[in-house]
Amino acid sequence: MSKAILFLAAMFMACMAYAQIIEVCPSCKTSTLDQAIGLAKRHDTIIINKGHYKEHNIIIDKPLTIIGKNSPLIDGDLKGEIITIVADSVTIDGLSLINVGNSYTKDYASIRIKNSKQFKISNITLEKLFFGIYIEKSNYGKIHNNTIKGQAVNEFNSGNGIHLWYSNYIDIEDNVVENVRDGIYLEFSNYCNIKNNISSNNLRYGLHFMFSNNDLYQHNLFKNNGAGVAIMFSKQIKMFDNTFKDNWGAASYGMLLKEIYDAEIIGNNFTENTIGINIEGSTRILYKNNNFIKNGWALKVRGACYANTFTNNNFLHNSFDVAYNSKINDNIFDRNFWSNYTGYDLNKDGIGDVPYRPVKLFTYIVNRTPESIVLLRSLFIDIIDFSEKVSPVFTPDNLLDNNPLTKQIKW
Amino acid sequence: MLKILKYSFFDLMRSRWSYVYFAFYLLLGVTLLFLNSDLSKAVITLMNVIIILIPLIGTIFGVMYYYNSKEFTELLLAQPLKRSSIFLGQYFGVAGSLSLSLILGLGIPFVFYGLLNSDAMGEFFLLMATGVSLTFIFTALAFNIALYNENRIKGFGMAILVWLFLAIIYDGIFLMTLTLFSDYPLDKLSLIGSVLNPIDLSRILILLKLDISALMGYTGAIFKQFFGTNWGLAVSTAMMALWVVIPIVGIVLKSKKKDF
Repeated sequence: MSKAILFLAAMFMACMAYAQIIEVCPSCKTSTLDQAIGLAKRHDTIIINKGHYKEHNIIIDKPLTIIGKNSPLIDGDLKGEIITIVADSVTIDGLSLINVGNSYTKDYASIRIKNSKQFKISNITLEKLFFGIYIEKSNYGKIHNNTIKGQAVNEFNSGNGIHLWYSNYIDIEDNVVENVRDGIYLEFSNYCNIKNNISSNNLRYGLHFMFSNNDLYQHNLFKNNGAGVAIMFSKQIKMFDNTFKDNWGAASYGMLLKEIYDAEIIGNNFTENTIGINIEGSTRILYKNNNFIKNGWALKVRGACYANTFTNNNFLHNSFDVAYNSKINDNIFDRNFWSNYTGYDLNKDGIGDVPYRPVKLFTYIVNRTPESIVLLRSLFIDIIDFSEKVSPVFTPDNLLDNNPLTKQIKW
Repeated sequence: MLKILKYSFFDLMRSRWSYVYFAFYLLLGVTLLFLNSDLSKAVITLMNVIIILIPLIGTIFGVMYYYNSKEFTELLLAQPLKRSSIFLGQYFGVAGSLSLSLILGLGIPFVFYGLLNSDAMGEFFLLMATGVSLTFIFTALAFNIALYNENRIKGFGMAILVWLFLAIIYDGIFLMTLTLFSDYPLDKLSLIGSVLNPIDLSRILILLKLDISALMGYTGAIFKQFFGTNWGLAVSTAMMALWVVIPIVGIVLKSKKKDF
């Protein structure tokens, strides 16, 4: 026992000798972070005490741990970037950054990470920002528990909350991003995990993928954004257990898919969006165990969508379940629950005996003449929908769910 | 006029039909709320019923009442009374009793399920307001039809035709126009078309109140913009009022000239 204590004490001493601690406070000898970084050696720890520090263009060029005590405020004074990290193994924790410069030619960020590895950004609060956390060509990092609150008004002069560019293996967890252009943006970034974030009230997208493959996002909440999530030109993305809510507007979607392949969309909730999922040019995608509740359109399928499978989803009280703009169908709808289903189940096996046609004539009409939406829920529309259901003329003949479930799926 | 109104009203209040009508709404309200105690969802379902049924019942009942009380009307005409007050009294009696059945029949179950302290209050109020206006509009139309047609069969036929036209055929023609002219900007046309028909107008007012507009995409936004403002509200109220006033004027004019 005493040996163990001795060993631990020795270890501790060794660490102390190796990693020095530098304290920063407004009245100390080292009164700025910049000074402290100059003094520090590799792998030192800098502790910043509570206070208001007016600093910008701080460059961290050696592996350091920077910890804020009682969230000290670093004010960039609208003069440019605040912190730029160009070294590996940098940890930043518990700071509050404010007033990043605004520019039409440079993407100023509160924290920029350049060509680094193994960084960790946590418990940071960002306000009055242009770009929030900007990660370029950096791998194996962790961004968690940060709060980003912007005040974006226009798309052209606002930046993204968390911006990844050519960065792989990044974990983005438990962050809150509000009122920026894109909450989280990934470009050419593969193998990233995005979990438990809340992205809301953003001008454009809650989460945006461009040319990024093999990423996973799970348990996130996207609320009241221009569009919840936009995924474009990406492959093998896994989307599990997310919630897409209240994305309302003339061109608002819960999720926007464009040119994506081999994705899995499982266990998500789409509630009260103008369009639940807008699908364009997407192939081999599995939609399973999702809830589509009270959306205007649950699914809007545009051109060039092949070999997608929609199975075991709940479609509840949507104005339109599925909109389709062509007569050719190569997608499979099977074993979903449709709240608009009116068939029967004689042998009580939980599967309706009459196939369900998710595309109605009215959907087709509204696709062609959007103004005719005025007639939603009128008796005339019910009548023509019924006659189309009996013998389809305008809607795709083979677009049907042959095994519609008679009870809502619970999991 | 008031005396005749009172007479017609109490005569109808005692009649079996009012009770049936009242009981129907009571049952409808209770069943809906029993199956699903979400008030605002019940309002949506009720909307579908109200928009189709009220006009139908208003026209049929109005025509029926006129023909049934014809002998009594002729007796009244022999008295030194103004013609317009006789017919208007009868009209307001019928429309009033139908409205009362509607309000009580649906109001009682909703109040029981806690309408007064729920946020569906405004929606329910709008539903009742459109229901009452539709009753007044279609009863007035029914009296016009009955005054113009001595032949009962013809009168009933006309009444059903008018209902059919406004409830269904109008929408068909509307839809056809929209698709035919789909190459042109149709925002204004769709607005005008929906304001002209009282049934369509009521449907849209209720739908917009229920915030489905946000789910209707771009066009829905235009509608919200129009009907959401005071100007839009004024236009739609004026339109409903016009639909009540014009047939009433028709009743007065025709009843003055008609040879009994």
